[in-house]
Amino acid sequence: MAEIISLHDAVKQFVNDGDTVALEGFTHLIPTAAGHEIIRQGKKDLTLVRMTPDLIYDQLIGAGCARKLIFSWGGNPGVGSLHRLRDAVEKQWPQPLDIEEHSHADLANAYVAGASGLPFAVLRAYAGSDLPKVNPLIKTVTCPFTGEVLAAVPSVRPDVTVIHAQKADRKGNVLLWGILGVQKEAALAAKRCIVTVEEIVDDLQAPMNACVLPTWALSAVCHVPGGAHPSYAHGYTERDNRFYQAWDPIARDRETFTAWINEYIYGTANFSEFQAKLARASEAK
Amino acid sequence: MAYSTNEMMTVAAARRLKNGSVCFVGIGLPSKAANLARLTSSPDVVLIYESGPIGAKPNVLPLSIGDGELAETADTVVSTSEIFRYWLQGGRVDVGFLGAAQVDRFGNINTTVVGDYHHPKVRLPGAGGAPEIAGSAKSVLIILKQSARSFVDKLDFITSVGHGEGGDSRKRLGLPGAGPVGIITDLCIMEPEAQTNEFVVTALHPGVTREQVVAATGWAIRFADNVELTAEPTDVELTALRDLETRTALAHGQAPGEA
Repeated sequence: MAEIISLHDAVKQFVNDGDTVALEGFTHLIPTAAGHEIIRQGKKDLTLVRMTPDLIYDQLIGAGCARKLIFSWGGNPGVGSLHRLRDAVEKQWPQPLDIEEHSHADLANAYVAGASGLPFAVLRAYAGSDLPKVNPLIKTVTCPFTGEVLAAVPSVRPDVTVIHAQKADRKGNVLLWGILGVQKEAALAAKRCIVTVEEIVDDLQAPMNACVLPTWALSAVCHVPGGAHPSYAHGYTERDNRFYQAWDPIARDRETFTAWINEYIYGTANFSEFQAKLARASEAK
Repeated sequence: MAYSTNEMMTVAAARRLKNGSVCFVGIGLPSKAANLARLTSSPDVVLIYESGPIGAKPNVLPLSIGDGELAETADTVVSTSEIFRYWLQGGRVDVGFLGAAQVDRFGNINTTVVGDYHHPKVRLPGAGGAPEIAGSAKSVLIILKQSARSFVDKLDFITSVGHGEGGDSRKRLGLPGAGPVGIITDLCIMEPEAQTNEFVVTALHPGVTREQVVAATGWAIRFADNVELTAEPTDVELTALRDLETRTALAHGQAPGEA
């Protein structure tokens, strides 16, 4: 059964130094608030997994929370590079970052394998690509029935997965909809799962076959409205495209980044204080 | 109507998408061209985005691969794992429509690094869905602006394979799809030559000279025996494209032209 607790308590209880952590979200429903809380609590030596690391991973990496990144596309969508990721890879700042690079199809299959309790995933991939040359974990397996040579990749089985969703009920059952990415697979592949939600309701009123994660498959549910910002929660909030653009100059230099983290993350007690501070700053402009 | 070279590129790419075909769309230029096709010559094209929407009909161009507009206008929205497993690997995609940072003469694509992988000069975003789209889609179209920096003699990294080392090398790799059948740029259209599978110029856009194409290509580009002249964008095509860009800029709070 998921406990319905504060995000502070969920991160404190369920995210440990050295854990493999997946904060998933495919542009939609990115668990930004949880990422901020991981930074605030100074979690260290994390192996971060995500198909599409974007701003929140840039922040976690720049703040020194990560020692390794497993990913398949890293960028600021529609804007450009992740400068903190690049600085960590190219100049080891603030500490060295190992990278393990895959393709989307690979990681998507690896989450499915993880959720299925399997040690590896099999897919038709990578023939002719240089990625297997730089990632020794991408191997091949021969089909015992047809002889076809296929790609084999280790499953992703995080210690903790964190996702954001639209609704939970008071027992901690979670409903999400819209662009689902690999969140269900990531949640079920993990040993523990934290879900932040837009609202907690008496009855989910979930349509049959909807994407519902039952409370008994989760560790914690936290009420964090707007917790996906600058990503969005379909039906609740809009994507803040301006923030994605604004992040580029902030992240470009170590000084502007550090000042931002000090002001907005270490300088706030929780996500609602962060939101209030951000709103005041944008009004002042 | 007067038009820009970028508009010519988008229009020429849109024309390549047959009505009714199932197209796996990359974000950015491919998405713009694919939606222009849907709004003009190919109203029944089926657009699949890797985030999960199948049959997306966005009224404005998505800024990210997972914009809500894609989900709201789709026939159905499935998980990303299902997109790659059932729909792409399952063999249901006719055309993979890709962008690239760099391509070579055999239509191989680099979106990973410029320079050495471990000590890159430029670190690019990485593979995303492209390697398996390039492998499994029945055919592939590539759209990108042409310059000697993007059309290179030798890729630093092959992220997604085209025709490999040329000739029958793609077949020997055992890839299910036919690979890239066209590269559409702001200067010309290239197609793979029979036998060698090396890309040669098969059409020049109006006003573009062979010298310009040679100067903007990092390998000794060759021209087909019959080089056609791309038809200029029609008023209908240009109006549809500009309206789409204006709607997009308004929706995303951008200045016109930023989209």
